[in-house]
Amino acid sequence: MIEPGMEFFLDPSRCIGCQACYHACAECDTHRGVSMIHLEYTDRAASPQTVPVVCMHCEDPACAEVCPADAIKKTADGVVQSALASHCIGCMNCVLACPFGVPRYLPELDLMMKCDMCYDRTSAGKRPMCVTVCPSGALAYGPRPEIEALRRERPMNTFVFGPQVVQTKVHMMLPVGVEALEIDVTAFMTSAPEATKTHHAEPGAAA
Amino acid sequence: MPEVPTWKDHFPISWVDDHFVTRREFTKSLVWVSLATFLANAVLAVLGRLKRGWGNETLPQVQVATLDELPVGGARVFYYPGVDDPCLLVRLDTDRYVAFGQKCTHLGCPVNYRAAARRLYCPCHEGFFDVEDGRVLAGPPSRPLPRIALERRGAELWAVGKA
Repeated sequence: MIEPGMEFFLDPSRCIGCQACYHACAECDTHRGVSMIHLEYTDRAASPQTVPVVCMHCEDPACAEVCPADAIKKTADGVVQSALASHCIGCMNCVLACPFGVPRYLPELDLMMKCDMCYDRTSAGKRPMCVTVCPSGALAYGPRPEIEALRRERPMNTFVFGPQVVQTKVHMMLPVGVEALEIDVTAFMTSAPEATKTHHAEPGAAA
Repeated sequence: MPEVPTWKDHFPISWVDDHFVTRREFTKSLVWVSLATFLANAVLAVLGRLKRGWGNETLPQVQVATLDELPVGGARVFYYPGVDDPCLLVRLDTDRYVAFGQKCTHLGCPVNYRAAARRLYCPCHEGFFDVEDGRVLAGPPSRPLPRIALERRGAELWAVGKA
């Protein structure tokens, strides 16, 4: 059980793209060699800015809602688990449904795997692997008052995708003056595709 | 609050609401049930021993019949050593008597005597015992019938212990 009051904070503006989180995650014994965290370039042609993407652990997880095999479960403390290997049928419904683009389908395993907030660590009172290695505080884990005292940015966990409101367990740090994050999905989809194209920063992949 | 549809009740997203039993939980329950069965049997065995004594108790001596009470080939029930222990007395010949515990050693049904075949017969599962020494001749029982030692005292037959 994750200690009550311990929360995950994500601050993309602090990300320096060092990939420490990516490698630390891949070193974990429960999914050795496969990283559950993504590191995305926001606009690679124009900027070196990267964004770490962990599972946001939605209160009403779309991935689990669309899973036809009952493979994605949510724990009592609000962590949405990775797919149960014995249940997952590799249909990729979750990959398509997640508004944050978190789940990934691994064809060689015919299995979806995603971030589970290092449940083996956090439920034992430890910080997630990625947080322990992040040198810039883009990934943080701790009591909310502690984070609020240290940062100017404000934590927020309500995301508005068009008409849909998504509440998450993981908090995004918003810059001063920004109160809410509204994403007009349809406008985003019809906007200039080249300018908003994101790229995975994956070591080994052709850059 | 809207009523939860059946499929959602069967396959809830939340772990807490799920009735799914993992293999580990199932195995654990098997182990505990086996252990409980073993312990319960051990307790019952010890209690049974305490009640009966540890085998060195002196059995009572009871008069079971007079010599000419039974016809040759006849049998009758008596209770020995306690009132809950039915036994069968059989007159084999003019002067030969044998007695056995009447509870079949398979599942405890009462055996009866078949004079023509000179066998003790348990009708529950077709068990046969030799009337001479109580050994199993056929059927599911695996142990011989317990024999009761008899003693002739004048014109009376007495049960004096277990043979």
